[in-house]
Amino acid sequence: MATRKTTKKPNVSAEELLSYYRDMLLIRRFEEKAGQLYGMGLIGGFCHLYIGQEAVVVGLEAATKDGDKRVTSYRDHGHMLACGMDPNGVMAELTGREGGYSKGKGGSMHMFSKEKHFYGGHGIVGAQVPIGAGLAFSDKYKGNDNVTFTYFGDGAANQGQVAETYNMAQLWDLPVVFVIENNQYAMGTSVKRATKSPDFWERGAAYGIAGEAVDGMDVLAVKEAGEKAVAHCRAGKGPYILEVMTYRYRGHSMSDPAKYRTREEVQKMREERDPIEQVRGLLLTGDHATEDQLKEIDKEIKTIVNASADFAKESPEPALDELWTDIYAAEIPQEVN
Amino acid sequence: MARMTMIEAIRDAHTVAMERDDDVVVLGEDVGYFGGVFRCTAGLQKRFGVERCFDTPISELGIVGTAIGMAAYGLKPVAEIQFADYMYPGYDQIVSEAARLRYRSAGEFTCPLVIRMPTGGGIFGAQTHSQSPEALFTHVAGLKTVVPSNPRDAKGLLLAAIADPDPVIFLEPKRLYNGPFDGHFDRPSVPWSKHPAGEVETDYFEVPLGKAAVVREGSAATLITYGTMVHVALAAVEESGEDIEVIDLRTLLPLDLDTITASVGKTGRCIVLHEATLTSGYGAEIVALVQRDCFYSLEAPVLRVAGWDTPYPHAQEWDYFPGPDRVKRAIATVLEG
Ligand SMILES: Cc1ncc(C[n+]2csc(CCOP(=O)(O)OP(=O)(O)O)c2C)c(N)n1
Ligand SMILES: [Mg+2]
Repeated sequence: MATRKTTKKPNVSAEELLSYYRDMLLIRRFEEKAGQLYGMGLIGGFCHLYIGQEAVVVGLEAATKDGDKRVTSYRDHGHMLACGMDPNGVMAELTGREGGYSKGKGGSMHMFSKEKHFYGGHGIVGAQVPIGAGLAFSDKYKGNDNVTFTYFGDGAANQGQVAETYNMAQLWDLPVVFVIENNQYAMGTSVKRATKSPDFWERGAAYGIAGEAVDGMDVLAVKEAGEKAVAHCRAGKGPYILEVMTYRYRGHSMSDPAKYRTREEVQKMREERDPIEQVRGLLLTGDHATEDQLKEIDKEIKTIVNASADFAKESPEPALDELWTDIYAAEIPQEVN
Repeated sequence: MARMTMIEAIRDAHTVAMERDDDVVVLGEDVGYFGGVFRCTAGLQKRFGVERCFDTPISELGIVGTAIGMAAYGLKPVAEIQFADYMYPGYDQIVSEAARLRYRSAGEFTCPLVIRMPTGGGIFGAQTHSQSPEALFTHVAGLKTVVPSNPRDAKGLLLAAIADPDPVIFLEPKRLYNGPFDGHFDRPSVPWSKHPAGEVETDYFEVPLGKAAVVREGSAATLITYGTMVHVALAAVEESGEDIEVIDLRTLLPLDLDTITASVGKTGRCIVLHEATLTSGYGAEIVALVQRDCFYSLEAPVLRVAGWDTPYPHAQEWDYFPGPDRVKRAIATVLEG
């Protein structure tokens, strides 16, 4: 597979590298904390961690401008942090508190931010894909040059609505980047057990959609590919498919017996391909930063993440009345039994 | 006889059905290699081979649609939709094709298909993992709808459903998989091994579709329910100290109206209880039938206790969930009336 990688010595500033390092580390530490809160019983139900995939959203966010939109699946914490949403509001949604982005009513999988043009967290696999095309339609209709990043997984790529959306997006030349986060598993099903056409980006060709695969553990490669995709969309050339080859270190959700892959496979990824370690290496070997500087960043992030956990514990549960708001614009009187 | 959880009983029903009839095949997301997210199909692929128990991509429309084709030409597919909340992409095939094949072909083609889906809440699943969509099926002529409340019924009803010549929607209350749940979320959970209905025949037997069970006899009022709420109802009745008859419908369609009218004819008072939202819920159907057939026996208005008419919230689940306190309030009201 012709997966884009950064091969030559990257032409990138210390500042830029440091910001990727910081953003990826924030996601990782936030997710680790969420895992801890889950273990303590403060988060209930479903919680899908993004650990291992950080370079995908951080690289692509680096290719966006203000006004660009994003929409994704239930594995959404990283996307929200990367587009600048407040860690406190995200963590408090996980714990189901009033201070959460959806006032505790949505939970881990269902959060939104108009300010950051984040159109959700969607719990139904594949549901966000046509929605992303519709967002792009609106931008096109309004005559601006915004682009919508529509993220979905390798499992979701087999949903029927993805095929319908590809056709419509290309038919209507919509400025949407379809980002397939190929982490090689859909729950316990590996890509090869779900399809005989495992190069997902190539499916676009059937609809005339351009695309490519990119090494999703390499934040610089992701950013470069993102810039190319965005340029394609902004130039009015229609949709673009980016298949980002990545890996999730943790289980699918919090209860995952992980019998479908070996520990060695996970260990190898972590040791050899980790996106944060790669940037850390570039920073240190390129004399862009010192160990002490990086330690300082670690500390800053720890403070942010701990604060979000405190906020998420202290924020009260929403009042019962809150369950009845936001169903319709104007409340319809209903029977409480 | 053997002690089984509801998961084991469902798995056992599959095993027995597959042993008896080579035309029984099992398909769904993660059902084969992984054994099902709730383990209901664990071991089947190993035992019966990948031709008879196989994984599908995440394609609910495709799962239901292909299963209909299999059923139309001699197979007896048992398809799993991983959560009832994911059935909507396949709903078109269920309604427009599965339910209508016999009628449309004037009886020439039939659709002996079972679609299993875990249903209901109580697991902090929020909007997309907690819904109870039974009324969407009972509203469709051509479908049968079953909701077991214990391991023995689950096995016997599933075997009857597989033997049935028509499409059956088999809704498994996921909160009951590992033990009866009476709505007291803050008390230690009881395992099925301590419950009489955890004792299950090991060979083939059917619990006939369309036969309700009187799970508690009483004379003061009739409480009609199904699924998880059977256990909530029994707890509420014990705590109320009133002499209430409790009916477990087991099959919603065909409905055992005789058992209902005999009971309400005797008690003169009636409450219908379900987890699904109130408006246009299945309870409305029961209420209409009771007022028609028991009108002259009724001494109080028929009441409903049901989920509130809101999306299923992440926060405050135990207020949203129609637990024993709400049932006890209704008991007091119906006895006063
Ligand atoms: C319509 C629908 N079907 C099934 C599910 C259950 N489910 C949730 S996530 C998932 C796997 C998705 O895998 P992928 O798209 O690769 O995303 P990843 O979890 O790897 O990020 C499945 C089967 C669902 N939420 N919605
Ligand atoms: Mg995946």
